[in-house]
Amino acid sequence: MERGAGPAGASPVPAVRMTGIGKRFPGVVANEGVDFEAAAGEVHALLGENGAGKTTLSNILTGLYRPDEGSIELYGEPVDFHSPRDALDAGICMVHQHFRLVEPFTVAENVVLGDHRGEGRRFLVHPASTERRVAELGKQYGLAVHPRARIWQLSVGEQQRVEILKALYRDARILIMDEPTAVLTPQEADALFGTLRAMAEEGKTVVFISHKLHEVKAVADRVTVLRAGRKVETVTAADATPHSLAALMVGREIAESQPLEQARDLSEVRALEVDGLTVPGDRGRSAVRDVTFSIREGEIVGVAGVAGNGQRELAEALSGMRSPSFGTIRVGGRVLRGGDPREAIRAGIAHVPEDRLGTGLAPSLSVTSNAVMKTYRTRSFSRGPLLALRRMREAALRIIQRYDVKTPGPATPVRNLSGGNIQKLVLGREFEDDPLVLIVAQPTRGLDVGAIETVHSYLREAAGRGVAILLVSEDLDEIRALADRILVVYEGEIVGELRTETATIEEIGFLMAGGENA
Amino acid sequence: MIRLERRLDRPWWLNVAVPAGSLAVALAIMGVVLLASGHAVWSTYRQLWEAGFTGNGAFSATLISATPILFTGLAAAVAFRMQLFNIGAEGQLYFGAVGASWIALQLGGHGATSTPLYVVAMCLGGGLLGAFWALVPGVLRAFAHTNEILTSLMLNYVAGYFLTYLIFDSSSYWRDISSLSGQTFPQGKPMPSGAEWPTIGTSVVVPLGFLVGLAVAAGAWFLYSRTRFGFEVSVIADSPRAARYAGMRTRRKILAVMALSGLIAGIGGASQIGDFTHTLDPTGLQAAAFGYTGIVVAALARYNPIAVCFVAVLIGGLQNAGFTLQGVDFPSGLVGVMQGIILFCALGGELFLRYRLRITRRARPQAGSTPATEAAS
Repeated sequence: MERGAGPAGASPVPAVRMTGIGKRFPGVVANEGVDFEAAAGEVHALLGENGAGKTTLSNILTGLYRPDEGSIELYGEPVDFHSPRDALDAGICMVHQHFRLVEPFTVAENVVLGDHRGEGRRFLVHPASTERRVAELGKQYGLAVHPRARIWQLSVGEQQRVEILKALYRDARILIMDEPTAVLTPQEADALFGTLRAMAEEGKTVVFISHKLHEVKAVADRVTVLRAGRKVETVTAADATPHSLAALMVGREIAESQPLEQARDLSEVRALEVDGLTVPGDRGRSAVRDVTFSIREGEIVGVAGVAGNGQRELAEALSGMRSPSFGTIRVGGRVLRGGDPREAIRAGIAHVPEDRLGTGLAPSLSVTSNAVMKTYRTRSFSRGPLLALRRMREAALRIIQRYDVKTPGPATPVRNLSGGNIQKLVLGREFEDDPLVLIVAQPTRGLDVGAIETVHSYLREAAGRGVAILLVSEDLDEIRALADRILVVYEGEIVGELRTETATIEEIGFLMAGGENA
Repeated sequence: MIRLERRLDRPWWLNVAVPAGSLAVALAIMGVVLLASGHAVWSTYRQLWEAGFTGNGAFSATLISATPILFTGLAAAVAFRMQLFNIGAEGQLYFGAVGASWIALQLGGHGATSTPLYVVAMCLGGGLLGAFWALVPGVLRAFAHTNEILTSLMLNYVAGYFLTYLIFDSSSYWRDISSLSGQTFPQGKPMPSGAEWPTIGTSVVVPLGFLVGLAVAAGAWFLYSRTRFGFEVSVIADSPRAARYAGMRTRRKILAVMALSGLIAGIGGASQIGDFTHTLDPTGLQAAAFGYTGIVVAALARYNPIAVCFVAVLIGGLQNAGFTLQGVDFPSGLVGVMQGIILFCALGGELFLRYRLRITRRARPQAGSTPATEAAS
């Protein structure tokens, strides 16, 4: 791989040097003792799973958070950022995953808006000169976008170019891109890589946050891998292979301590059959593409994949929250029309959504109301149009007791419960209805160790009772601990099906990151 | 530095203390205004109290003011509880008045005399037409996701012009063109005598409409706290996503709640005809702006139908006292200022129900985290 001047050794003083960075949030250590260095003229990738601390680290660098410990130097000068504006003044710009653009404004107006030093400070703006400058920059870096176009008229890829133009217009020396390709097509991503390389050749520093291995290989000079808030290693991209990066990212030692279960004997009855399912995403493109699989009674099937590869849409389609565009869903042999949560509930599909508190529960309502949110219309809780309030309360108390939900009482708003108890309540409610199939997404995200154990044991018990479980998780350890079979998804397609006893974590990580099957 | 913190729990006494405190603050601010404009504070407040509540016939007059805003307040409350902001009780009340007067005139034409028949028929006719008018923004919201605040508000003007058209610009069924006064000045037909709703009581005169309003409030409370319908409404209000997840039919609920809201406002229109005006009076109805006052009533009552009854009487009393107070040395503008200050404080007090104030010493910006950074700055 031929790439400009050797980045590491070329300039003795790195553009960015972060030393011993630590940042804690209540109950979470986001960063601990992280050292990070990026040279001028380098594209430096920051690689790690979700929650590995990549975003926290970049938020510290852009002045959004102050580190609890550690120091930052830019070009050899120590700095202390009190606000994002300090970082901007020092020439650090960040392109966030969710763009910060004003939709009805033009490209040039948005570019000027972010510049509080020059043009943007004037009382009167001179659109013509800004437009000229934006057009020049666009030509120079291959960022084709018309300066007078309105943001809402632009595609996502073009909007991202505007974000980069904003940074260039401010003469940013250090550009941080947070998972920039998540929203791009492969062609757009290639064009973006060209731009980033061009910026690096001019002596700028690009920090590229990603969890996709082939991208990191394609664009970066060096790669720093983070795991669980700590730095694992910094390697030269040219020397790394997707396999070695996957191993660093996921953590080999965890893989070895993994208890490998024996394959269980399972019934032959298929509880859930999905055939050729295609589901539209929020932005119109298909998020799930032609997916076929089935789950037998009592079987736990794990869906592994990096966030945003169609897992959420798949879970929503199965639970009726989202209408599939093609394909069939069969529960207990019965075909669902799809797109109707009530139909899915009646067919015996229980669903523990990723967003427990906003989707799975009504946060300001009581534990009782939430406990019967799906069953209130059945005969046990209503007589004609009237509710059986006492029986609702009894049902809530039953769930509280059976699933050990810690709450001051059944009348407490669920918003006031802790994360673990919220999840226990949702699981309890879903199990009380004797489902055939359980769709569960990120069941332990944000929970503490004790609650994770409990949730895992509830899931195992349910499988023991014959519930077919689809476990969507970004936590590979969790999938390996629970699932009988693993489906790996990448960009909405199932790219691999593995048996847990034989799958290695490197293999899963490699498939998750879009690597071709080895 | 003063910071606001979200309350996790709400002690019960706060529900009483906060409104009482808000009222005290309002009276204090108003005291300053009164002093500045050269009025005696204490005697003004005493006059206000007498004119609104304790004076001779004052409470009866207050109930007359309270009746229409009881209906429009309930209409707003039932919709707002589902985060469905029906601002159209005003227009729905007009349509209720149109429907109720049509039914009454029809019954009169057929020689009906039974007052109970008139009351029931007028409530039905008014309610149905009000519900119909509310369903226009309801259907738009349910099927086209338009903003019901704008559509229902705009339809108020349509309803207002329609009312004016019926009496001033056409020879419609409602317009009186037979009598001499009706030929000289456009006015609505008088209702048949059986269509005058009775009153209850002698020392305090309670209009029948007020009692109907209380019954509607009790019904709304029951509906929202004891039935499946109410349960669904509360889930949809709190989290539409959770409601969809639980398999609730949100679209139907939007239609039903809008229709219910319009129905209640429409009955309010029927009560205006039956209890008070006994004719379709476009100018009076539009000048009164019952629909908009109802929104304030609902907000003050925190959308609780039972609380709406009390707030409606309170606001009714305030309005009624305002009519009595205003005169040469007490301009109507000052009455408006007073009502405004009370509402402002009452709504502002809401903040303290949801948040608590915490006074902290301003945190000093921390010095650089290492000696190296300190040296640089």
